[in-house]
Amino acid sequence: MDIPAFLDQLWLARIPLLKGLGVSISISFLSILVGTVLGVFVGLALTYGYRPVQWIVRGYTDFIRGTPVLVLVLASYYVLSTIGIDLGPFQAGILALSIFCSSHVGELVRGALQAIPKGQTEAAKAIGLTFPQTFVYVLGPQALRQALPAWVNTAAEMVKASTLLSIIGVAELLLRTQELISRTFMSLEFYFFAGFLYFVINYSIERFGRYVERKTAVPS
Amino acid sequence: MTQTLLEIRDLHKRYGAVEVLKGVDCTMAQGEVISIIGSSGSGKTTMLRCINMLEEFQGGSIRIDGQEIGYETVGGVRKRKKEKEIARQRAMTGMAFQQFNLFPHMTAAKNIMLGLMKVRGMGRDEARSVAEKWLDRVGLLSRIDHYPGQLSGGQQQRVAIARAIAMNPKLMLFDEVTSALDPELVNEVLQVIKGLAEDGMSMLLVTHEMRFAYEVSTRVIFMNQGRIAEEGNPKDMFVKPQTERLAEFLKSSSFN
Repeated sequence: MDIPAFLDQLWLARIPLLKGLGVSISISFLSILVGTVLGVFVGLALTYGYRPVQWIVRGYTDFIRGTPVLVLVLASYYVLSTIGIDLGPFQAGILALSIFCSSHVGELVRGALQAIPKGQTEAAKAIGLTFPQTFVYVLGPQALRQALPAWVNTAAEMVKASTLLSIIGVAELLLRTQELISRTFMSLEFYFFAGFLYFVINYSIERFGRYVERKTAVPS
Repeated sequence: MTQTLLEIRDLHKRYGAVEVLKGVDCTMAQGEVISIIGSSGSGKTTMLRCINMLEEFQGGSIRIDGQEIGYETVGGVRKRKKEKEIARQRAMTGMAFQQFNLFPHMTAAKNIMLGLMKVRGMGRDEARSVAEKWLDRVGLLSRIDHYPGQLSGGQQQRVAIARAIAMNPKLMLFDEVTSALDPELVNEVLQVIKGLAEDGMSMLLVTHEMRFAYEVSTRVIFMNQGRIAEEGNPKDMFVKPQTERLAEFLKSSSFN
């Protein structure tokens, strides 16, 4: 391995690599954000929705969770255009990942809410709280703590899934790296480097999750 | 006789095909302390839970202070009241549970303050001082900023009682509040309830503590298979039960 030559190439390619990294982070951030917001509603519908609503949403999550992310990405890019919805690769990718994320977050939220003992709702009712109040002050905060570790996991999965957008031509970190490799033939070095960057992102997410967990821990 | 506080008429409750309350009638005056005893499955807890609409019921009526609880009949059709109205009616009663059900993510003070602020509309400072008053009353002022996980079972139950009573309910419901406690912690909770009884609080207690029911109640109700089988003042009930079923029940219980 020729380290000086690699560093030389790395320096030359710093701008496209940084851009790629920026795009990867944006994709991950946006899809986690949108997916989480959607997912909370999915979880609420699964837990408290009327029967028909539950069935529809259950179908949605089962279908999405049973489909490979790559298929979702390809579908939102190629299939949507055939029915007249023309999304750029970036938008299509965000859409696919958000939907994927929402079905996972939905399950997390449902699980967390259902794990709260029934007595909590009853105690809240008994002091005269309405359901929205019960949710905001009693159930929500407990579900949040419960779901946090799994949510961090999902967030890390989304970062990894963002690499799939290279297939539809989004110039994120992996695609930039591949372009660089086809020019320099330093595949080992640059794949390693890209892998390292993904690790740094995910490690930061995990540390951040731990930090929030510690901050919100209930003393006992 | 003082003013009627609670009036239950022909209460029927079904879970599917199983009828657990088969027509319960009960009237309670202001300031009464009524213990409901009976073996498990007799419907005593269910009856208590109907009073604050934690259970739906299919027939009969419950009135507190003249207000019909949970349902209204409009044009001959019985329907459930609006959720908001039911929440308001629930605030007329306070309830303490077997499993305490404190909110684990809130301190003792916050547990009490939540209802005061969100239901009674108090400001933070006022709510805090009410919480202090009641925690002091149950002997836990020093634990005001502790979380439930940092308290013993008996202490948790006392906080839970303070949370209910701080709302200034017209009627307190106690659902087997000592059943989940270690024997040595039972007494501290019973002492709190006794103190409330002496203050003239109207209370309905579902309990297995026969000795306590005997000492604290103005009246005892014995339930059997979804009906009130016998009622009267504690002395008569415990010393010379009228029905064979009650005599049998007392023999098998701890009271002797």
